[in-house]
Amino acid sequence: MEIPKSFLGYKRENGRAGTRNHVIILPVDDISNACAEAVANNIKGTIALPHSYGRLQFGADLELHFRTMIGTGKNPNVAAVIVIGIEPKWTKRIVDEIAKTGKPVEGFHIERTGDIGTIMKASKKAQEFSQWASEKQREECPLSDLWISVKCGESDTTSGLASNPTVGNLMEKLEPFGVHLCFGETSELTGAEKVCAARGATPEAKDKFMKTWNAYNDFILKEATDDLSESQPTAGNIAGGLTTIEEKAFGNFQKIGNLKFIDVLEPAEEPKKGKGLYFMDTSSAAAECVTLQAAGGFNIHLFPTGQGNIIGNPIEPVVKLTANPLTAKLMKEHVDCDVSKILSREMNLSQAGDELIKTMLRVANGRLTCAEALGHREFVMTKLYRSA
Amino acid sequence: MSQPDLIIHDEKDNVGVVVIETTKKGQDCSAWIMENDKTVKVSSMNEVPLGHKIALQDLKEGDTILKYGHDIGKVVKPIKKGEHVHVHNVKTKKW
Repeated sequence: MEIPKSFLGYKRENGRAGTRNHVIILPVDDISNACAEAVANNIKGTIALPHSYGRLQFGADLELHFRTMIGTGKNPNVAAVIVIGIEPKWTKRIVDEIAKTGKPVEGFHIERTGDIGTIMKASKKAQEFSQWASEKQREECPLSDLWISVKCGESDTTSGLASNPTVGNLMEKLEPFGVHLCFGETSELTGAEKVCAARGATPEAKDKFMKTWNAYNDFILKEATDDLSESQPTAGNIAGGLTTIEEKAFGNFQKIGNLKFIDVLEPAEEPKKGKGLYFMDTSSAAAECVTLQAAGGFNIHLFPTGQGNIIGNPIEPVVKLTANPLTAKLMKEHVDCDVSKILSREMNLSQAGDELIKTMLRVANGRLTCAEALGHREFVMTKLYRSA
Repeated sequence: MSQPDLIIHDEKDNVGVVVIETTKKGQDCSAWIMENDKTVKVSSMNEVPLGHKIALQDLKEGDTILKYGHDIGKVVKPIKKGEHVHVHNVKTKKW
């Protein structure tokens, strides 16, 4: 198949391009959710991103909170942002960083005004942003404007056999076009960690990966009451035939094809070394992982599933594929791309990779994913430790 | 090419994955090896559902299960060729 050289995206002020054109209402903290949701309810064409944290966090955990908030606002799938927090200082810090992209952003704080006054002021601004964004048109953008993140979930052995290698095939075919790529899931590389480290493009990347994985493993050994056998593999994984974390890890690892990764990112960190594949240190919980990757600036997501994970994200479209014929049949409304014919050998891996490229480009051009049509907007902050 | 009953990732593997809805007891299964495109035969001792593994050789306690050509765990109960391989007879070497 000849791969199209471009897609239709929204060009942003900072030179990046979005596959979506969202106006978001971003609460800084848990207690500002009500305000943010009221504004999104008032003004059509906006979405609120409620979440559970943002108070009394400190140290690396607080920095991650800010990085996730700021990165979400900066993501090119977002046209404009309203930030609402209880206090002015943290609200302003987020607004100022998002403003560096050149996109419209305005902050509101609730203290000394109350919910109702804040909702009124923020709604007026949100209406302005929504109508402004609605006039934006899709334009032809080079394929290199795609920043593609990947994560698998509710995996089974069909994931490692077919749907994950399909993603790997797509990566191998699109890397020469200069796309950014990102995989994560630190815990789910356990058992394959040395094989994964060997895929570092430089000694620094290899070393950084092993340090990241070791830090995670030390944390597990310290905190675990028993081991992770109760959650890794999950009950769903086991029902699907996956027996051990090692088996899951080698299946997971098929998603990067034969590529090497050029750098290791902190959770929600934006890549800075240009095109190519990055590893991001993330949880393997689907919504947390995709939220972090979206905050890192990725604008389209590929999600292979075995038993049928249903996750979506409010700003980054999540394209789901499965090679499990039962999942494709029983959970049809969640599957954007069915590659189950690989198992019966009616389709080879390269044909499956082509199908996934076609599906992904249709979504990049504006087709709603199954998760978007079904209203999945899982926005889940990663928390590193308890608050003060 | 005909539809396989099992797929094996790597020639070194000692397990194959069921890719039909279920195998029947005593079913003579054709197993396709992805790596070298060869096909081997194995008789399924149990009814094994889609996605689950079948042993391609006799395995004893302490043996290593190989899949993708890599170590994915250890045998904790003897396994006969053709038997269902899962959490009842294989455990992780991690943790």
